[in-house]
Amino acid sequence: MNRLIDNKGFYGEFGGSWVPEMLYPNIEQLASSYEAILESTSFKDRFNSLLKDYAGRPTPLFLAESLSGALGAKIYLKREDLCHTGSHKLNNVIGQALVAMEMNKREVIAETGAGQHGVATATVCALLDLPCRVFMGEKDVQRQQPNVLRMKMLGAEVVPVSSGSRTLKDATNEAIRYWINHPEVYYLIGSTIGPHPYPDLVARLQSVISAEMKIQLMEKKGRPDPDIIVACVGGGSNAAGTFYHYIADEKVKLVGAEAAGEGVGSGKTAATIATGSAGIIHGCRTLMMQDGGGQILEAHSVSAGLDYPGIGPLHSYLHRTGRARYLAVTDKEAVEAAHLLTRLEGIIPALESAHAIAALHKLQFRESDIIVVNLSGRGDKDMDTYIESMQKRHQ
Amino acid sequence: MQNRLDELFKRKDRQLLSIYLTAGFPRIDSTVPLIRSLEEAGADFLEVGFPFSDPLADGPVIQETSSIAIRNGMNLRLLLGQLAGARNGISIPLILMGYLNPVLQMGMGTFCRKTEESGVSGVIIPDLPPEEYRDKYRELFNRHKLHMIFLVTPGTTVERIRMLDNLGSGFIYAVSASSTTGRQESFSREQEQYLEKLGSLDLGNPVMTGFGIHNRNTLETVWKHTSGAIIGTAYLKALKEAGSPDEAARSLFGRLGVASR
Ligand SMILES: Cc1ncc(COP(=O)(O)O)c(C=O)c1O
Repeated sequence: MNRLIDNKGFYGEFGGSWVPEMLYPNIEQLASSYEAILESTSFKDRFNSLLKDYAGRPTPLFLAESLSGALGAKIYLKREDLCHTGSHKLNNVIGQALVAMEMNKREVIAETGAGQHGVATATVCALLDLPCRVFMGEKDVQRQQPNVLRMKMLGAEVVPVSSGSRTLKDATNEAIRYWINHPEVYYLIGSTIGPHPYPDLVARLQSVISAEMKIQLMEKKGRPDPDIIVACVGGGSNAAGTFYHYIADEKVKLVGAEAAGEGVGSGKTAATIATGSAGIIHGCRTLMMQDGGGQILEAHSVSAGLDYPGIGPLHSYLHRTGRARYLAVTDKEAVEAAHLLTRLEGIIPALESAHAIAALHKLQFRESDIIVVNLSGRGDKDMDTYIESMQKRHQ
Repeated sequence: MQNRLDELFKRKDRQLLSIYLTAGFPRIDSTVPLIRSLEEAGADFLEVGFPFSDPLADGPVIQETSSIAIRNGMNLRLLLGQLAGARNGISIPLILMGYLNPVLQMGMGTFCRKTEESGVSGVIIPDLPPEEYRDKYRELFNRHKLHMIFLVTPGTTVERIRMLDNLGSGFIYAVSASSTTGRQESFSREQEQYLEKLGSLDLGNPVMTGFGIHNRNTLETVWKHTSGAIIGTAYLKALKEAGSPDEAARSLFGRLGVASR
């Protein structure tokens, strides 16, 4: 497997591990053991078997004919929405839970925003009989009651976080603090963020998405590579997994869709690449949204899964080097794209994934181009937003 | 390198008492009056914290004072201005403490220059990796006569303690437990053994112990094995309850059984 990081965990100038000494031993333990675990046969066998029989992989690569006709290209959807628990998040959770067990960690903590990663973590912990504690901002606990109840039903303890902006960023802080105070637990982070080795670990676990794409495209089109790949970017894990095996292949155009919220210049945005600058967030040097004094800003997006003021260091690097392009998609554009996909293909996408669909309108391509859009999740959790948008239309 | 902090340690190397305060708490202009009242009360030196929105390694009390300070409009630039303005009226050593991101936004060069100009003796940046300091910033800090003070915890190996002792200067900040600030009520046997070990390593720098010191008992344990104590949470709590800076200092010193001047 080609490594994208140097031996200190940097993607160019981004990444690394910027943590206080209190956290250093925890991170060091993981950093020095994860690669051997990922490469061991016992891990690979269990991981692959759970991905197949529990998560339901490989997920289909579906030719969306009506959407293709409407937009004028061959558009395939990588159906991560059909994964157990409804999104790509489960791939990472299965992998890291197995890493935790290999490290003899018998308890798992996680952070969550919308609750998708929290639900995935609670699910796998129920399966593997691991006690599970999920940190969630108080605001999100109120906004995402169904997911809170799912986590509880699965046996997880949900810890509401009342510090800071009471959202994902603060839930992450609190999970890290808990880990400092309880070094014996395994911190199962939900995206390609945080200190090294997390961005690399999560990207490698999600890389199953692009590994499957290569095989599926070969079967369907007789060639493994599409012309363009599009994925939404919150912390960047589904995009990292979708890009992973194509990064070295410069012919394939890589496109990330970040959340512009009410607009890139509105002050209510989560468009980190468009509005951010380099800094340190959650132990990682990457692009992030901050004020002139270096305080981290709150992010805003209709999609809770993209509502993070930073972005994984891999994406900062792909942006800086020009290898990938990142487009900002507003709340309104994403909701419209969700309706379009639903009516044309009978698939209600997650709001996050709808950002990737909306980005198609901003791209130029030829009729013959093969485009793969990663449909990272399904839309059940976002029905309130969709219902509200339908009511507005009828007014 | 010689600055106020070196002079202090030359004069006194046991039973030191250092207090941490959050700049801009409770009010934007509190910083200098608090420094004066703590100097008056008899603190040997002070850590002045510049607030950060996401203080990863801090407990609830310092999180709260930091967010109040940010809401009050405190930032690094403003703090350095306040300290430079009050420089002549303060004679005890000051250490700046805070997270890396605000420093990087200012630029490390500007930060070091302004920090030296404001009469500060050293800096603690918990999330600056030692290798990064060694490769990029060590010379800069030396040029500005600023100490870089590193943290060690019960989880830090002896080999790494020695590396940090060689790389840093001023003192070693011993975190009393692998925990975020202000958590434990009293010191356990393991904690005491760890402090004893630090005392016996014969390090090049004095060791100051912080986190969780809040009464006579914890203070004496720390004094017994290391050069001194750093008190943050207990002071900020006293400050929240007290009517004035002087009352907060008196109440804290009383609880510690230390006669305030
Ligand atoms: C369906 C879905 N897609 C995308 C994301 C964004 O995360 P990432 O950028 O790590 O893929 C989330 C996060 O919750 C999600 O639930």
